[in-house]
Amino acid sequence: MSYLDASNMTGGYGKADILHGCTLTVEKGQIAVIVGPNGAGKSTAMKAVFGMLPLRGGSVTLDGTDITALSPQDRVKKGMGFVPQVNNVFPTMSVEENLEMGAFIRDDDFHDTMEQVYTLFPILKDKRHQNAGELSGGQRQQVAVGRALMTQPKLLMLDEPTAGVSPIVMDELFDRIIEVARTGISILMVEQNARQALEIADRGYVLVQGANRYTDTGKALLADPEVRRTFLGG
Amino acid sequence: MELINALVALTNYVIIPATAYGAQLALGALGVTLIYSILRFSNFAHGDTMAFGTAVVILITWGLQAMGISFGPLPTALIALPFGIAVTALMMLGTDRVVYRYYRRIRAQPVVLVMVSVGVMFVMNALTRFLIGVDQINFADGERFIISARTWNQMTGMREPLTLRTTQAITVVTAAITVVALFWFLNRTRTGKSMRAFSDNEDLALLSGIDPDRVVKVTWVLTAALATIAGTLYGLDKSFKAFTYFQIVLPIFASAIVGGIGNPVGAIVGGFIISFSEVGLTYAWKKVAGYLVPAWEPDGLVQLLSTDYKFAVSFVILILVLIFRPTGIFRGKVV
Repeated sequence: MSYLDASNMTGGYGKADILHGCTLTVEKGQIAVIVGPNGAGKSTAMKAVFGMLPLRGGSVTLDGTDITALSPQDRVKKGMGFVPQVNNVFPTMSVEENLEMGAFIRDDDFHDTMEQVYTLFPILKDKRHQNAGELSGGQRQQVAVGRALMTQPKLLMLDEPTAGVSPIVMDELFDRIIEVARTGISILMVEQNARQALEIADRGYVLVQGANRYTDTGKALLADPEVRRTFLGG
Repeated sequence: MELINALVALTNYVIIPATAYGAQLALGALGVTLIYSILRFSNFAHGDTMAFGTAVVILITWGLQAMGISFGPLPTALIALPFGIAVTALMMLGTDRVVYRYYRRIRAQPVVLVMVSVGVMFVMNALTRFLIGVDQINFADGERFIISARTWNQMTGMREPLTLRTTQAITVVTAAITVVALFWFLNRTRTGKSMRAFSDNEDLALLSGIDPDRVVKVTWVLTAALATIAGTLYGLDKSFKAFTYFQIVLPIFASAIVGGIGNPVGAIVGGFIISFSEVGLTYAWKKVAGYLVPAWEPDGLVQLLSTDYKFAVSFVILILVLIFRPTGIFRGKVV
Protein backbone atom coordinates (compact mmCIF):
# COMPACT_ATOMS: atom_id res chain seq x y z
CA MET A 1 0.00 0.00 0.00
CA SER A 2 1.21 3.49 -0.84
CA TYR A 3 2.05 6.05 1.83
CA LEU A 4 -0.89 8.20 0.80
CA ASP A 5 -3.76 6.32 -0.75
CA ALA A 6 -6.80 8.36 -1.72
CA SER A 7 -9.00 6.06 -3.74
CA ASN A 8 -12.26 6.53 -5.60
CA MET A 9 -12.93 9.98 -4.13
CA THR A 10 -16.38 11.23 -5.10
CA GLY A 11 -17.89 14.47 -3.86
CA GLY A 12 -18.39 18.21 -4.32
CA TYR A 13 -19.31 21.41 -2.51
CA GLY A 14 -23.02 21.43 -3.29
CA LYS A 15 -25.32 18.88 -4.83
CA ALA A 16 -23.32 18.41 -8.00
CA ASP A 17 -20.22 16.25 -7.66
CA ILE A 18 -16.90 17.64 -8.85
CA LEU A 19 -14.86 14.51 -8.26
CA HIS A 20 -15.97 11.29 -9.88
CA GLY A 21 -13.99 8.37 -8.51
CA CYS A 22 -10.65 10.15 -8.48
CA THR A 23 -7.68 8.15 -7.17
CA LEU A 24 -4.35 9.58 -6.03
CA THR A 25 -1.44 7.75 -4.45
CA VAL A 26 1.99 8.95 -3.33
CA GLU A 27 4.92 6.79 -2.26
CA LYS A 28 7.27 7.79 0.54
CA GLY A 29 9.75 10.47 -0.52
CA GLN A 30 8.28 10.76 -4.00
CA ILE A 31 6.77 13.65 -5.89
CA ALA A 32 3.30 13.29 -7.34
CA VAL A 33 1.92 15.99 -9.62
CA ILE A 34 -1.70 16.62 -10.59
CA VAL A 35 -2.15 18.36 -13.93
CA GLY A 36 -5.11 18.89 -16.20
CA PRO A 37 -7.22 21.53 -17.92
CA ASN A 38 -9.00 24.35 -16.09
CA GLY A 39 -11.96 23.14 -14.07
CA ALA A 40 -10.74 19.55 -14.04
CA GLY A 41 -10.98 19.47 -10.23
CA LYS A 42 -7.22 19.46 -9.55
CA SER A 43 -7.34 21.73 -6.51
CA THR A 44 -10.60 20.14 -5.42
CA ALA A 45 -8.97 16.72 -5.46
CA MET A 46 -6.16 17.99 -3.27
CA LYS A 47 -8.60 19.68 -0.89
CA ALA A 48 -10.46 16.37 -0.66
CA VAL A 49 -7.23 14.63 0.35
CA PHE A 50 -6.78 17.29 3.04
CA GLY A 51 -10.34 16.98 4.33
CA MET A 52 -11.60 20.35 3.14
CA LEU A 53 -14.26 18.76 0.96
CA PRO A 54 -16.97 16.38 2.15
CA LEU A 55 -16.68 13.04 0.34
CA ARG A 56 -19.70 10.97 -0.61
CA GLY A 57 -17.58 8.03 -1.60
CA GLY A 58 -14.04 6.76 -1.46
CA SER A 59 -11.47 6.80 1.30
CA VAL A 60 -8.19 8.43 2.25
CA THR A 61 -5.50 6.53 4.10
CA LEU A 62 -2.18 7.89 5.30
CA ASP A 63 0.54 5.42 6.26
CA GLY A 64 -2.10 2.69 6.49
CA THR A 65 -4.42 4.65 8.81
CA ASP A 66 -7.87 5.60 7.53
CA ILE A 67 -8.22 9.37 7.95
CA THR A 68 -11.34 9.87 5.81
CA ALA A 69 -13.38 11.19 8.76
CA LEU A 70 -10.73 13.56 10.18
CA SER A 71 -10.85 17.37 10.03
CA PRO A 72 -7.99 19.23 8.28
CA GLN A 73 -6.57 20.25 11.69
CA ASP A 74 -6.46 16.63 12.80
CA ARG A 75 -4.85 15.61 9.52
CA VAL A 76 -2.10 18.16 10.22
CA LYS A 77 -1.51 16.36 13.52
CA LYS A 78 -1.35 13.05 11.62
CA GLY A 79 1.49 14.40 9.46
CA MET A 80 -0.04 16.31 6.57
CA GLY A 81 1.15 19.77 5.59
CA PHE A 82 -0.85 21.98 3.26
CA VAL A 83 0.21 25.12 1.40
CA PRO A 84 -2.83 26.94 -0.04
CA GLN A 85 -2.52 28.64 -3.42
CA VAL A 86 -3.29 32.17 -2.17
CA ASN A 87 -3.33 33.85 1.24
CA ASN A 88 -0.79 31.32 2.45
CA VAL A 89 1.22 33.59 4.79
CA PHE A 90 0.46 35.95 7.70
CA PRO A 91 1.29 39.23 5.94
CA THR A 92 1.77 41.58 8.92
CA MET A 93 3.90 39.08 10.83
CA SER A 94 7.62 38.60 10.38
CA VAL A 95 9.03 35.58 8.53
CA GLU A 96 10.17 34.09 11.83
CA GLU A 97 6.74 34.60 13.39
CA ASN A 98 5.15 32.92 10.37
CA LEU A 99 7.34 29.88 10.98
CA GLU A 100 6.51 29.97 14.70
CA MET A 101 2.81 29.97 13.89
CA GLY A 102 3.41 27.02 11.60
CA ALA A 103 4.73 25.16 14.62
CA PHE A 104 1.79 26.23 16.80
CA ILE A 105 0.57 22.67 17.44
CA ARG A 106 4.01 21.53 18.55
CA ASP A 107 4.78 21.57 22.24
CA ASP A 108 8.43 20.54 21.87
CA ASP A 109 11.38 22.71 20.88
CA PHE A 110 11.02 23.54 17.20
CA HIS A 111 14.19 25.57 16.71
CA ASP A 112 15.96 22.71 14.92
CA THR A 113 13.14 22.55 12.39
CA MET A 114 13.37 26.31 11.95
CA GLU A 115 17.09 26.00 11.26
CA GLN A 116 16.36 23.27 8.68
CA VAL A 117 13.87 25.58 6.96
CA TYR A 118 16.48 28.36 6.96
CA THR A 119 19.05 25.95 5.48
CA LEU A 120 16.59 25.02 2.76
CA PHE A 121 15.62 28.66 2.09
CA PRO A 122 18.67 30.77 3.03
CA ILE A 123 16.97 33.99 1.84
CA LEU A 124 14.38 33.59 4.61
CA LYS A 125 17.09 33.70 7.25
CA ASP A 126 18.27 37.06 5.92
CA LYS A 127 14.73 38.37 5.94
CA ARG A 128 13.53 36.72 9.11
CA HIS A 129 12.58 39.99 10.83
CA GLN A 130 10.82 41.39 7.78
CA ASN A 131 7.04 41.13 7.41
CA ALA A 132 5.96 38.35 5.06
CA GLY A 133 3.61 40.74 3.26
CA GLU A 134 6.59 42.88 2.16
CA LEU A 135 8.40 40.02 0.39
CA SER A 136 8.38 39.21 -3.32
CA GLY A 137 6.06 36.55 -4.69
CA GLY A 138 8.71 33.83 -4.81
CA GLN A 139 10.00 34.60 -1.32
CA ARG A 140 6.45 34.58 0.00
CA GLN A 141 5.96 31.09 -1.46
CA GLN A 142 9.12 30.01 0.35
CA VAL A 143 7.65 31.35 3.60
CA ALA A 144 4.44 29.45 2.86
CA VAL A 145 6.28 26.20 2.25
CA GLY A 146 8.50 26.82 5.27
CA ARG A 147 5.46 27.42 7.46
CA ALA A 148 3.97 24.09 6.37
CA LEU A 149 7.28 22.29 7.00
CA MET A 150 7.36 23.46 10.63
CA THR A 151 5.03 20.66 11.75
CA GLN A 152 7.55 18.17 10.26
CA PRO A 153 4.92 16.70 7.93
CA LYS A 154 5.33 13.32 6.25
CA LEU A 155 3.24 14.47 3.30
CA LEU A 156 3.43 18.00 1.96
CA MET A 157 0.64 19.23 -0.31
CA LEU A 158 1.23 22.26 -2.51
CA ASP A 159 -1.56 23.98 -4.43
CA GLU A 160 0.07 25.62 -7.46
CA PRO A 161 3.23 26.77 -5.69
CA THR A 162 4.57 28.49 -8.79
CA ALA A 163 1.43 30.47 -9.68
CA GLY A 164 2.37 34.02 -10.57
CA VAL A 165 6.14 33.75 -10.15
CA SER A 166 8.79 34.27 -12.85
CA PRO A 167 10.29 31.25 -14.71
CA ILE A 168 13.62 31.60 -12.89
CA VAL A 169 11.92 31.64 -9.50
CA MET A 170 9.78 28.72 -10.64
CA ASP A 171 12.87 26.61 -11.42
CA GLU A 172 14.34 27.51 -8.04
CA LEU A 173 11.14 26.55 -6.23
CA PHE A 174 11.06 23.20 -8.05
CA ASP A 175 14.69 22.59 -7.03
CA ARG A 176 13.77 23.23 -3.41
CA ILE A 177 10.75 20.94 -3.65
CA ILE A 178 13.03 18.15 -4.94
CA GLU A 179 15.33 18.78 -1.96
CA VAL A 180 12.37 18.50 0.41
CA ALA A 181 11.40 15.18 -1.21
CA ARG A 182 14.99 13.89 -0.77
CA THR A 183 14.61 14.29 3.00
CA GLY A 184 11.90 11.59 2.84
CA ILE A 185 8.83 13.80 2.69
CA SER A 186 6.19 12.76 0.16
CA ILE A 187 4.93 15.57 -2.03
CA LEU A 188 1.60 16.00 -3.73
CA MET A 189 1.19 19.11 -5.83
CA VAL A 190 -1.18 20.70 -8.28
CA GLU A 191 0.54 22.56 -11.10
CA GLN A 192 -0.43 24.83 -13.99
CA ASN A 193 3.09 24.66 -15.40
CA ALA A 194 2.44 21.06 -16.39
CA ARG A 195 5.55 20.40 -18.50
CA GLN A 196 8.08 21.59 -15.92
CA ALA A 197 6.21 19.93 -13.09
CA LEU A 198 6.02 16.56 -14.86
CA GLU A 199 9.76 16.69 -15.42
CA ILE A 200 10.37 16.46 -11.68
CA ALA A 201 7.42 14.15 -10.98
CA ASP A 202 7.86 10.52 -9.99
CA ARG A 203 4.19 10.14 -10.66
CA GLY A 204 1.83 12.26 -12.75
CA TYR A 205 -1.93 12.39 -12.75
CA VAL A 206 -3.86 13.96 -15.60
CA LEU A 207 -7.35 14.76 -14.35
CA VAL A 208 -10.27 15.53 -16.61
CA GLN A 209 -13.72 16.33 -15.23
CA GLY A 210 -12.90 15.05 -11.78
CA ALA A 211 -11.64 11.65 -12.90
CA ASN A 212 -8.23 10.14 -13.74
CA ARG A 213 -7.55 10.27 -17.46
CA TYR A 214 -3.86 9.28 -17.57
CA THR A 215 -1.67 8.03 -14.76
CA ASP A 216 2.01 7.23 -15.21
CA THR A 217 5.48 8.40 -14.30
CA GLY A 218 6.20 12.02 -15.16
CA LYS A 219 8.65 11.02 -17.91
CA ALA A 220 6.22 8.58 -19.52
CA LEU A 221 3.45 11.15 -19.57
CA LEU A 222 5.77 13.69 -21.18
CA ALA A 223 6.67 11.12 -23.80
CA ASP A 224 3.09 10.07 -24.50
CA PRO A 225 2.07 11.75 -27.80
CA GLU A 226 -1.60 11.71 -26.84
CA VAL A 227 -0.94 13.54 -23.54
CA ARG A 228 1.40 15.95 -25.29
CA ARG A 229 -1.09 16.79 -27.98
CA THR A 230 -4.11 17.21 -25.68
CA PHE A 231 -2.68 18.68 -22.52
CA LEU A 232 0.81 19.98 -23.06
CA GLY A 233 0.26 21.93 -26.28
CA GLY A 234 2.28 19.70 -28.65
CA MET B 1 8.99 86.59 29.52
CA GLU B 2 5.80 87.07 27.60
CA LEU B 3 6.72 84.08 25.47
CA ILE B 4 7.23 81.95 28.57
CA ASN B 5 3.90 83.12 29.94
CA ALA B 6 2.27 82.12 26.65
CA LEU B 7 3.92 78.70 26.83
CA VAL B 8 2.82 78.18 30.43
CA ALA B 9 -0.76 79.14 29.56
CA LEU B 10 -0.67 76.80 26.55
CA THR B 11 0.69 73.93 28.64
CA ASN B 12 -1.84 74.51 31.38
CA TYR B 13 -4.94 74.81 29.24
CA VAL B 14 -4.14 72.76 26.16
CA ILE B 15 -1.15 70.42 26.37
CA ILE B 16 -1.78 68.83 29.78
CA PRO B 17 -5.56 68.32 29.42
CA ALA B 18 -5.25 67.15 25.80
CA THR B 19 -2.51 64.67 26.66
CA ALA B 20 -4.58 63.14 29.44
CA TYR B 21 -7.70 63.05 27.27
CA GLY B 22 -5.67 61.65 24.35
CA ALA B 23 -4.37 58.83 26.52
CA GLN B 24 -7.94 57.94 27.52
CA LEU B 25 -9.11 58.00 23.89
CA ALA B 26 -6.10 55.92 22.83
CA LEU B 27 -6.97 53.17 25.33
CA GLY B 28 -10.59 53.24 24.19
CA ALA B 29 -9.56 53.13 20.53
CA LEU B 30 -7.23 50.20 21.21
CA GLY B 31 -10.19 48.21 22.50
CA VAL B 32 -12.24 49.07 19.42
CA THR B 33 -9.37 48.24 17.09
CA LEU B 34 -8.72 44.90 18.80
CA ILE B 35 -12.33 43.78 18.37
CA TYR B 36 -12.34 45.05 14.80
CA SER B 37 -9.21 43.23 13.72
CA ILE B 38 -9.88 39.93 15.48
CA LEU B 39 -13.66 39.58 15.64
CA ARG B 40 -14.12 41.70 12.48
CA PHE B 41 -16.83 44.14 13.47
CA SER B 42 -17.13 47.67 14.84
CA ASN B 43 -18.16 47.32 18.46
CA PHE B 44 -20.55 50.17 19.23
CA ALA B 45 -21.05 48.83 22.73
CA HIS B 46 -17.49 49.78 23.65
CA GLY B 47 -18.42 53.11 25.29
CA ASP B 48 -20.98 51.40 27.46
CA THR B 49 -18.53 48.63 28.27
CA MET B 50 -16.32 51.42 29.60
CA ALA B 51 -19.28 52.78 31.57
CA PHE B 52 -20.10 49.37 33.01
CA GLY B 53 -16.49 48.70 33.98
CA THR B 54 -16.16 52.12 35.59
CA ALA B 55 -19.43 51.67 37.48
CA VAL B 56 -18.14 48.40 38.93
CA VAL B 57 -14.86 50.09 39.86
CA ILE B 58 -16.78 52.90 41.60
CA LEU B 59 -18.92 50.44 43.58
CA ILE B 60 -15.81 48.55 44.69
CA THR B 61 -14.10 51.86 45.53
CA TRP B 62 -17.01 52.80 47.78
CA GLY B 63 -16.81 49.41 49.41
CA LEU B 64 -13.07 49.84 50.05
CA GLN B 65 -13.62 53.36 51.40
CA ALA B 66 -16.31 52.05 53.72
CA MET B 67 -13.81 49.51 55.02
CA GLY B 68 -11.37 52.33 55.60
CA ILE B 69 -8.91 51.19 52.92
CA SER B 70 -7.14 53.92 50.98
CA PHE B 71 -4.18 54.19 48.63
CA GLY B 72 -2.49 57.14 50.35
CA PRO B 73 -2.07 60.03 47.94
CA LEU B 74 -3.33 57.93 45.02
CA PRO B 75 -7.03 57.37 44.29
CA THR B 76 -8.58 54.29 45.92
CA ALA B 77 -10.08 53.45 42.52
CA LEU B 78 -6.66 52.15 41.42
CA ILE B 79 -6.94 49.35 44.01
CA ALA B 80 -10.47 48.62 42.81
CA LEU B 81 -9.38 48.58 39.15
CA PRO B 82 -8.17 44.94 38.91
CA PHE B 83 -11.42 43.71 40.49
CA GLY B 84 -13.42 45.91 38.12
CA ILE B 85 -11.51 44.42 35.19
CA ALA B 86 -12.26 40.89 36.39
CA VAL B 87 -15.99 41.59 36.70
CA THR B 88 -16.11 43.32 33.30
CA ALA B 89 -14.19 40.46 31.70
CA LEU B 90 -16.78 38.00 33.04
CA MET B 91 -19.50 40.28 31.70
CA MET B 92 -17.85 40.32 28.24
CA LEU B 93 -17.37 36.56 28.17
CA GLY B 94 -21.00 36.14 29.20
CA THR B 95 -22.19 38.53 26.50
CA ASP B 96 -20.13 36.68 23.92
CA ARG B 97 -21.54 33.35 25.03
CA VAL B 98 -25.15 34.56 25.02
CA VAL B 99 -25.11 36.95 22.05
CA TYR B 100 -22.09 37.12 19.76
CA ARG B 101 -21.22 33.42 19.59
CA TYR B 102 -24.48 32.63 17.83
CA TYR B 103 -23.79 35.19 15.11
CA ARG B 104 -20.25 33.86 14.66
CA ARG B 105 -21.58 30.32 14.28
CA ILE B 106 -24.00 31.33 11.52
CA ARG B 107 -21.16 33.35 9.95
CA ALA B 108 -23.14 36.60 10.03
CA GLN B 109 -22.00 39.55 7.91
CA PRO B 110 -19.93 42.18 9.77
CA VAL B 111 -22.77 44.71 9.41
CA VAL B 112 -25.11 42.31 11.21
CA LEU B 113 -22.61 42.06 14.05
CA VAL B 114 -22.44 45.88 14.19
CA MET B 115 -26.22 46.02 14.63
CA VAL B 116 -25.99 43.31 17.28
CA SER B 117 -23.40 45.41 19.11
CA VAL B 118 -25.81 48.38 19.00
CA GLY B 119 -28.34 46.18 20.76
CA VAL B 120 -25.74 45.14 23.32
CA MET B 121 -24.91 48.84 23.74
CA PHE B 122 -28.50 49.69 24.75
CA VAL B 123 -28.76 46.79 27.15
CA MET B 124 -25.36 47.56 28.70
CA ASN B 125 -26.25 51.25 28.97
CA ALA B 126 -29.50 50.47 30.77
CA LEU B 127 -27.77 47.97 33.01
CA THR B 128 -25.14 50.53 34.03
CA ARG B 129 -27.75 53.17 34.85
CA PHE B 130 -29.70 50.59 36.79
CA LEU B 131 -26.57 49.61 38.67
CA ILE B 132 -25.28 53.03 39.66
CA GLY B 133 -27.82 55.66 38.61
CA VAL B 134 -27.69 58.52 36.14
CA ASP B 135 -26.15 61.22 38.33
CA GLN B 136 -22.71 62.68 38.02
CA ILE B 137 -20.33 60.91 40.39
CA ASN B 138 -16.92 62.10 41.57
CA PHE B 139 -14.93 59.21 42.91
CA ALA B 140 -11.39 60.60 42.82
CA ASP B 141 -9.87 60.78 46.27
CA GLY B 142 -6.33 61.10 47.62
CA GLU B 143 -4.04 64.00 46.75
CA ARG B 144 -5.73 66.37 44.28
CA PHE B 145 -2.71 68.14 42.82
CA ILE B 146 0.88 67.31 42.04
CA ILE B 147 1.47 70.96 41.20
CA SER B 148 -1.23 73.35 42.38
CA ALA B 149 -1.48 76.96 41.22
CA ARG B 150 -0.06 78.14 44.52
CA THR B 151 2.97 75.81 44.62
CA TRP B 152 3.67 76.79 41.00
CA ASN B 153 3.61 80.43 42.02
CA GLN B 154 5.94 79.75 44.96
CA MET B 155 8.26 77.65 42.81
CA THR B 156 8.63 80.06 39.93
CA GLY B 157 7.15 83.33 41.10
CA MET B 158 5.22 83.48 37.86
CA ARG B 159 1.86 85.18 37.64
CA GLU B 160 0.57 82.77 35.02
CA PRO B 161 -0.76 79.69 36.81
CA LEU B 162 0.06 76.09 35.97
CA THR B 163 -1.57 73.10 37.58
CA LEU B 164 -0.97 69.40 37.20
CA ARG B 165 -3.68 67.26 38.72
CA THR B 166 -2.83 63.85 40.16
CA THR B 167 -5.44 62.22 37.94
CA GLN B 168 -3.80 63.64 34.82
CA ALA B 169 -0.42 62.22 35.73
CA ILE B 170 -1.99 58.89 36.73
CA THR B 171 -3.83 58.77 33.42
CA VAL B 172 -0.70 59.18 31.36
CA VAL B 173 1.41 56.80 33.44
CA THR B 174 -1.27 54.08 33.60
CA ALA B 175 -1.99 54.40 29.88
CA ALA B 176 1.73 54.09 29.08
CA ILE B 177 2.07 50.96 31.23
CA THR B 178 -1.06 49.44 29.70
CA VAL B 179 0.10 50.09 26.15
CA VAL B 180 3.57 48.66 26.80
CA ALA B 181 2.02 45.57 28.40
CA LEU B 182 -0.43 45.13 25.51
CA PHE B 183 2.29 45.42 22.86
CA TRP B 184 4.54 43.06 24.76
CA PHE B 185 1.68 40.57 24.92
CA LEU B 186 0.81 40.85 21.21
CA ASN B 187 4.40 40.77 19.95
CA ARG B 188 6.21 38.49 22.37
CA THR B 189 3.86 35.84 23.74
CA ARG B 190 2.62 32.78 21.89
CA THR B 191 -1.02 33.61 22.63
CA GLY B 192 -0.53 37.20 21.49
CA LYS B 193 1.11 36.09 18.27
CA SER B 194 -1.67 33.59 17.63
CA MET B 195 -4.15 36.46 17.99
CA ARG B 196 -2.26 38.49 15.40
CA ALA B 197 -2.12 35.46 13.13
CA PHE B 198 -5.87 35.00 13.51
CA SER B 199 -6.39 38.66 12.64
CA ASP B 200 -4.07 38.41 9.63
CA ASN B 201 -5.40 35.27 8.00
CA GLU B 202 -8.17 33.37 9.74
CA ASP B 203 -8.14 30.32 7.45
CA LEU B 204 -4.39 29.81 7.71
CA ALA B 205 -4.60 30.29 11.48
CA LEU B 206 -7.17 27.50 11.70
CA LEU B 207 -4.96 25.36 9.46
CA SER B 208 -2.03 25.98 11.80
CA GLY B 209 -4.05 24.60 14.70
CA ILE B 210 -4.83 27.91 16.43
CA ASP B 211 -7.98 27.50 18.53
CA PRO B 212 -10.45 30.22 17.44
CA ASP B 213 -12.54 30.01 20.63
CA ARG B 214 -9.50 30.70 22.75
CA VAL B 215 -8.47 33.66 20.60
CA VAL B 216 -11.99 35.10 20.92
CA LYS B 217 -12.00 34.66 24.70
CA VAL B 218 -8.61 36.29 25.19
CA THR B 219 -9.70 39.17 22.94
CA TRP B 220 -12.76 39.86 25.08
CA VAL B 221 -10.73 39.75 28.29
CA LEU B 222 -8.17 42.20 26.85
CA THR B 223 -10.98 44.44 25.61
CA ALA B 224 -12.62 44.39 29.03
CA ALA B 225 -9.31 45.38 30.63
CA LEU B 226 -8.71 48.21 28.15
CA ALA B 227 -12.29 49.49 28.45
CA THR B 228 -12.30 49.42 32.25
CA ILE B 229 -8.92 51.14 32.49
CA ALA B 230 -9.89 53.79 29.93
CA GLY B 231 -13.27 54.38 31.59
CA THR B 232 -11.84 54.60 35.09
CA LEU B 233 -9.10 57.03 34.02
CA TYR B 234 -11.66 59.19 32.20
CA GLY B 235 -13.95 59.11 35.23
CA LEU B 236 -11.14 60.02 37.63
CA ASP B 237 -9.94 62.83 35.39
CA LYS B 238 -13.38 64.34 34.77
CA SER B 239 -16.27 62.61 36.51
CA PHE B 240 -18.46 59.60 35.94
CA LYS B 241 -21.82 59.95 34.26
CA ALA B 242 -23.30 57.00 32.42
CA PHE B 243 -24.42 59.09 29.48
CA THR B 244 -21.04 60.74 28.76
CA TYR B 245 -19.61 57.29 28.11
CA PHE B 246 -22.29 56.71 25.55
CA GLN B 247 -21.22 59.90 23.75
CA ILE B 248 -17.51 59.19 23.96
CA VAL B 249 -17.93 56.37 21.40
CA LEU B 250 -17.76 58.98 18.64
CA PRO B 251 -14.28 60.40 19.44
CA ILE B 252 -13.07 56.85 20.16
CA PHE B 253 -14.15 55.60 16.74
CA ALA B 254 -12.74 58.74 15.15
CA SER B 255 -9.39 57.98 16.86
CA ALA B 256 -9.35 54.37 15.70
CA ILE B 257 -10.25 55.28 12.12
CA VAL B 258 -7.92 58.28 11.80
CA GLY B 259 -5.00 56.10 12.88
CA GLY B 260 -6.08 53.20 10.67
CA ILE B 261 -8.60 50.80 12.18
CA GLY B 262 -7.13 47.43 13.08
CA ASN B 263 -3.71 48.96 13.70
CA PRO B 264 -2.80 49.36 17.41
CA VAL B 265 -0.17 52.06 16.81
CA GLY B 266 -2.73 53.94 14.72
CA ALA B 267 -5.25 53.82 17.57
CA ILE B 268 -2.78 55.54 19.91
CA VAL B 269 -1.71 58.21 17.42
CA GLY B 270 -5.35 58.75 16.44
CA GLY B 271 -6.33 59.25 20.07
CA PHE B 272 -3.88 62.12 20.45
CA ILE B 273 -4.80 63.68 17.09
CA ILE B 274 -8.46 63.77 18.08
CA SER B 275 -7.81 65.04 21.61
CA PHE B 276 -5.46 67.82 20.53
CA SER B 277 -7.84 68.87 17.73
CA GLU B 278 -10.79 68.91 20.09
CA VAL B 279 -9.06 70.82 22.87
CA GLY B 280 -7.19 73.13 20.48
CA LEU B 281 -10.28 74.13 18.52
CA THR B 282 -12.46 74.72 21.55
CA TYR B 283 -9.85 76.59 23.63
CA ALA B 284 -10.20 80.34 24.02
CA TRP B 285 -6.86 81.57 22.73
CA LYS B 286 -7.34 85.17 23.94
CA LYS B 287 -4.87 84.85 26.82
CA VAL B 288 -2.10 83.24 24.75
CA ALA B 289 -2.70 85.72 21.94
CA GLY B 290 -2.53 88.56 24.47
CA TYR B 291 0.96 87.42 25.55
CA LEU B 292 2.26 86.90 22.03
CA VAL B 293 0.80 89.99 20.36
CA PRO B 294 0.40 92.53 23.16
CA ALA B 295 -0.77 95.28 20.78
CA TRP B 296 -3.74 93.22 19.63
CA GLU B 297 -6.84 93.36 21.74
CA PRO B 298 -9.31 90.91 20.30
CA ASP B 299 -13.02 91.52 20.84
CA GLY B 300 -14.04 87.92 21.49
CA LEU B 301 -12.36 85.01 23.22
CA VAL B 302 -10.54 83.91 20.04
CA GLN B 303 -12.30 80.60 20.38
CA LEU B 304 -12.88 78.77 17.12
CA LEU B 305 -15.70 76.59 18.44
CA SER B 306 -17.81 76.63 21.57
CA THR B 307 -17.05 73.65 23.82
CA ASP B 308 -20.65 72.54 23.25
CA TYR B 309 -19.56 71.61 19.75
CA LYS B 310 -16.55 69.53 20.73
CA PHE B 311 -18.09 66.36 19.34
CA ALA B 312 -18.44 68.09 15.99
CA VAL B 313 -14.64 68.18 15.81
CA SER B 314 -14.24 64.39 15.92
CA PHE B 315 -17.22 64.01 13.63
CA VAL B 316 -15.72 66.32 10.98
CA ILE B 317 -12.31 64.62 11.25
CA LEU B 318 -14.01 61.24 10.93
CA ILE B 319 -15.87 62.32 7.77
CA LEU B 320 -12.75 63.87 6.21
CA VAL B 321 -10.67 60.76 6.85
CA LEU B 322 -13.36 58.47 5.49
CA ILE B 323 -13.58 60.57 2.30
CA PHE B 324 -9.92 61.19 1.63
CA ARG B 325 -8.02 58.33 3.29
CA PRO B 326 -10.36 55.60 4.47
CA THR B 327 -7.50 53.35 5.53
CA GLY B 328 -6.24 55.98 8.01
CA ILE B 329 -2.70 57.16 8.66
CA PHE B 330 -1.19 53.74 9.30
CA ARG B 331 -3.05 51.80 6.62
CA GLY B 332 -5.41 49.81 8.74
CA LYS B 333 -7.40 47.06 7.19
CA VAL B 334 -10.88 47.52 5.82
CA VAL B 335 -13.01 44.38 5.64
